Amino acid sequence: MDRAVLGWAVAGGIAYALLPWYALEDGIFGFGWLSGYPTDRAGAPALVQALLHGRLALLPVAVFLLAPLAVRGVRGAGARPALLLTVGAGGTAWIAVQGFAVGGQPGIGVGGLVVFAALLMLFCVGMAAKGAFNGDRFVSGGIGTVVTLVVVFVFFPVSCVLVGAVEDSSGAFAPSEFWAKLSAREVWGLDCLSSSAGCGVAWNTLILGVLVGASTTALGLAFALIVTRTGFRAKKALRLLTVLPIITPPFVIGLAVILLFGRAGAFTTFMEQAFGVVPSRWIYGLPGVWLAQVLAFTPIAFLVLIGVVEGISPSMEEAAQTLRADRWRTFTTVSLPLMRPGLANAFLLGFIESLADFGNPLVLGGNYHVLSISIFFAVVGAQHDRGRAAVLSIVLLVFTLGAFYAQRRWLGRRSYATVTGKGDAGLHPPLPASVRRLVYATALPWAVFTAVIYVMILFGGFVETWGRDHRFSLRHYAAAFAVDVTEFGLHWKGAAWNSLWTTIEIAAISAPLTAAVGLLTAYLIVRQRFRGKEAFEFGTMLSFAIPGTVIGISYILAFNTPPIELTGTGIILVICFVFRNMPVGVRAGIAAMSQIDRSLDEASLTLGARSLTTIRRVILPLLRPAIVAALVFSFVRAMTAISAVIFLVSANYDMATSYIVGRVENGDYGLAIAYCSVLIGFMVLVVLLIQFVVGRRRLGRRAPTQVSLEGIPA
Amino acid sequence: MSLETRSGSVEFRRVTKAYGPVVAVRDVSFTVAAGTLVTLLGPSGCGKTTTLRLIAGLEMTTSGQILIGGSDVTRVPATDRDVSMVFQSYALFPHMTVLENVCYGLRVGGEPRDRAVAAAREGLALLGLVGFDDRLPSELSGGQQQRVAVARALVLEPRVLLFDEPLSNLDAKLRRRVREEIRDLQQKLRLSVVYVTHDQEEALAVSDQIIVMDNAVIAQQGTPTELYREPASRFVADFIGDANLVKGTLKRTDERLAALRLGGVEFALPHRGATDGEVNVAIRPEAVRLRPADGTDAPLIGTILKAAYLGSHMEYTVGSIIGELFVVDSGGVAAPLTVGAGVSIGFISHGVTVVD
Ligand SMILES: Nc1ncnc2c1ncn2[C@@H]1O[C@H](COP(=O)(O)OP(=O)(O)OP(=O)(O)O)[C@@H](O)[C@H]1O
Ligand SMILES: [Mg+2]
Repeated sequence: MDRAVLGWAVAGGIAYALLPWYALEDGIFGFGWLSGYPTDRAGAPALVQALLHGRLALLPVAVFLLAPLAVRGVRGAGARPALLLTVGAGGTAWIAVQGFAVGGQPGIGVGGLVVFAALLMLFCVGMAAKGAFNGDRFVSGGIGTVVTLVVVFVFFPVSCVLVGAVEDSSGAFAPSEFWAKLSAREVWGLDCLSSSAGCGVAWNTLILGVLVGASTTALGLAFALIVTRTGFRAKKALRLLTVLPIITPPFVIGLAVILLFGRAGAFTTFMEQAFGVVPSRWIYGLPGVWLAQVLAFTPIAFLVLIGVVEGISPSMEEAAQTLRADRWRTFTTVSLPLMRPGLANAFLLGFIESLADFGNPLVLGGNYHVLSISIFFAVVGAQHDRGRAAVLSIVLLVFTLGAFYAQRRWLGRRSYATVTGKGDAGLHPPLPASVRRLVYATALPWAVFTAVIYVMILFGGFVETWGRDHRFSLRHYAAAFAVDVTEFGLHWKGAAWNSLWTTIEIAAISAPLTAAVGLLTAYLIVRQRFRGKEAFEFGTMLSFAIPGTVIGISYILAFNTPPIELTGTGIILVICFVFRNMPVGVRAGIAAMSQIDRSLDEASLTLGARSLTTIRRVILPLLRPAIVAALVFSFVRAMTAISAVIFLVSANYDMATSYIVGRVENGDYGLAIAYCSVLIGFMVLVVLLIQFVVGRRRLGRRAPTQVSLEGIPA
Repeated sequence: MSLETRSGSVEFRRVTKAYGPVVAVRDVSFTVAAGTLVTLLGPSGCGKTTTLRLIAGLEMTTSGQILIGGSDVTRVPATDRDVSMVFQSYALFPHMTVLENVCYGLRVGGEPRDRAVAAAREGLALLGLVGFDDRLPSELSGGQQQRVAVARALVLEPRVLLFDEPLSNLDAKLRRRVREEIRDLQQKLRLSVVYVTHDQEEALAVSDQIIVMDNAVIAQQGTPTELYREPASRFVADFIGDANLVKGTLKRTDERLAALRLGGVEFALPHRGATDGEVNVAIRPEAVRLRPADGTDAPLIGTILKAAYLGSHMEYTVGSIIGELFVVDSGGVAAPLTVGAGVSIGFISHGVTVVD
């Protein structure tokens, strides 16, 4: 019997006989369970549960665990793998099925988890022994793990939404109710065309998405043209724009917009004093949300379009000029058409971001309801109608998946990126004068406006009462972050500390996990060939297309009851972040790994290294930049996320963002904005720190910039 | 190093490898004897690299068996096969120094550091790379990189050493030198080597045996002389050295020999199992003898269509009733024939073979 089989079977056996099978009230590290161990009903291992507490459904699990040990004598080429496959598949399926079928059980705990993992690994070892994945156990185990995780934490919750949508409040199958909710007037009504009443949320969402997509694309293009096609001096400062959305929690912009244009806003006050304009609440609704979203998402469009504009080979434009086209004709007949797919791409991204945004509509939406907000209030509001939330989630999901589908299907084939790698010498022609003026006229005011917004965020926390009393004050910072030095040590008195520590803790735990899962997945996608790889890739990228609000509701529906009971814990937040941010880790990993010649791993394998050693000694050292990217991104996203989080926070695990939104809803803008500045400052620090720690060791000694990652060093 | 004791044979038993609908290797069987250098030769896309990767364990067979040193390794992954490979791109780890690269296999195999370094130094010295220990691969020339790659594979004392077009990145001069180095090393250490190339000259120069592949199957296996003298098919005849492929008429005269008629010329040669009647014949360019036509009725006459002076020899294209013939003439450089001249054509029989 080989060591892997023995090891997993024994690990499973130990967990079965010794570790508490079910989830514990105060967690495995609470150690309260040790007092009544092993007979106490709550903390007993599976063996005791089955024998003493009548949970007979757990007995067959033992059989699955013992089988590979008992029949170690089994000979013959095909018998052993077949046995492992049966044991693994049967055992995991049994645990899952009995978990759902047998009522009255608590959620699964450490013991159950380890046993499940052991059985899964036995299955994977069996697959490898059968010759799948080139007989590589690590690959087989990796694929098994990723697939299981994605099924449990992406597909299962989403399917719970689908199921939830066709059930009535008692859980019975009720398609008519589904239909009624789906076709309801609040969703699709077109009253806004004929009367002053609002349109349905679906229309509202679409209108907002289209407006935001178009505006961000136009502005993004203007910025991209300035940076790449003009002699503008402060290009560096404009490039800074691209970093902002990464470190800014999305609703912060909305907050700043209120500080400017709200009833007590700086601009409003100025207008009132100067021109006697009566303050109104015009900003709450479509204009405000639109403004905030355009401010928040323009940098994304800029990021996309700068690549597109730079990607157009100058020789195309030079060719047009030698064919006697003037600047204007070159721009309109060559440059712009070549950018068209990039523009469509930027538009779709803006559209999708707008649909998924939760924070800005929440603080600025007023009576203008969009889907993400309606979903939220269907769950937490007075209606408490999860069925309606599920139906609305489906509508939102269809919108975003549709946009993603369009983006991939329709645009995927029409990339005009013309960079060839053959050192393209030429120069981009400067913009025609009229276009240049237009571009400056749009982009520069907007850049100033963005700067003003960020200045508001920085200074808004330092005034006594916004709009009324603009004296300098540290009141809000004190309320949020006061620390007392007492005889017992430091006392974290400020109201924000609790959520800040939680946020840092959760983000710090989930960032490395996200990077690990993401890079492992990327490795499997880039480096391994196996059947069903397209489906594998699609499955792992899917969570990216699902709006956070939908993820949030789906996690509540899926993980509120056994067998996987996670709501109210910190674990659910970590899991949520890992699977929401994983696609970015995967993308970064794929991009980086595709540049490392495959023969490097193969050389390592033929030199006798195992896959794991190869990853550790060859691939990871070459992947440092991707690791930094994945770590930074997942950490920062975990700190700034709001849409999914707001469903999942609990008294014990409150996150900074949801705390801030809570303050905003109470009108406590000073504290909220102070907290936001601290968050942004903190994230800048973390980004720099991670970059310093991980990126310190350079790859090549001679060229500190970037060594060639191919087998043949340049 | 004591590699002779470790060299193992490689045996393929009816191995097939398919990538979905594409069959890259079809029902291939061959044996590489321990301590010999065997080349896999064939046109692009014929399945050479795939065959090599099957030996290395980087691909798993679709069906059939692979034996290394007599034991079945069909399902053994690359890590455990005890086979090393030198990649076309060398695949040197760019973030490790020369010494770290060469130590890598020993270190991951659990060798203690000082022993690994000692063995690596010995391997590098064997390839004439002293004093390069701390350089990065990017600080070496192409030929030096290639030798580091060989050293890295060699220090593991593998049962079989594989080369996938190791010379294709080098210039012509260096290519010749490095291939001789590889052959010397192989003979000195009695290594089992499988060597992929699509350059027939390279194959003829270094191999004990050549396996010619065509379209996923083996076209012929044999020593360089066998392949050159007795190609089994038109494909092999054409691929190894140049060959004029023409039709002739065969009539068996005894068990082994037959009379072959080419135009008006008739001579005896082995029939190699061909039946009487029209057969395909491969004629080596240097087996054609041209004489200026002197008016007497020669059995086969032709006209010079092209003539090229190449210093050491002349190359002619001759039109005749059996077709255009490509001729290499190393004797008549002093008095070349001119375009348009009439010639009488003769053949040296050991350069003419019946092929199917
Ligand atoms: N991963 C793969 N998937 C599908 N087909 C493949 C794959 N690898 C190789 N092939 C196909 O198998 C055939 C043999 O490929 P192989 O790489 O062995 O050729 P080769 O003889 O090494 O050619 P070359 O001299 O050009 O390197 C080719 O037709 C190729 O297209
Ligand atoms: Mg090849």
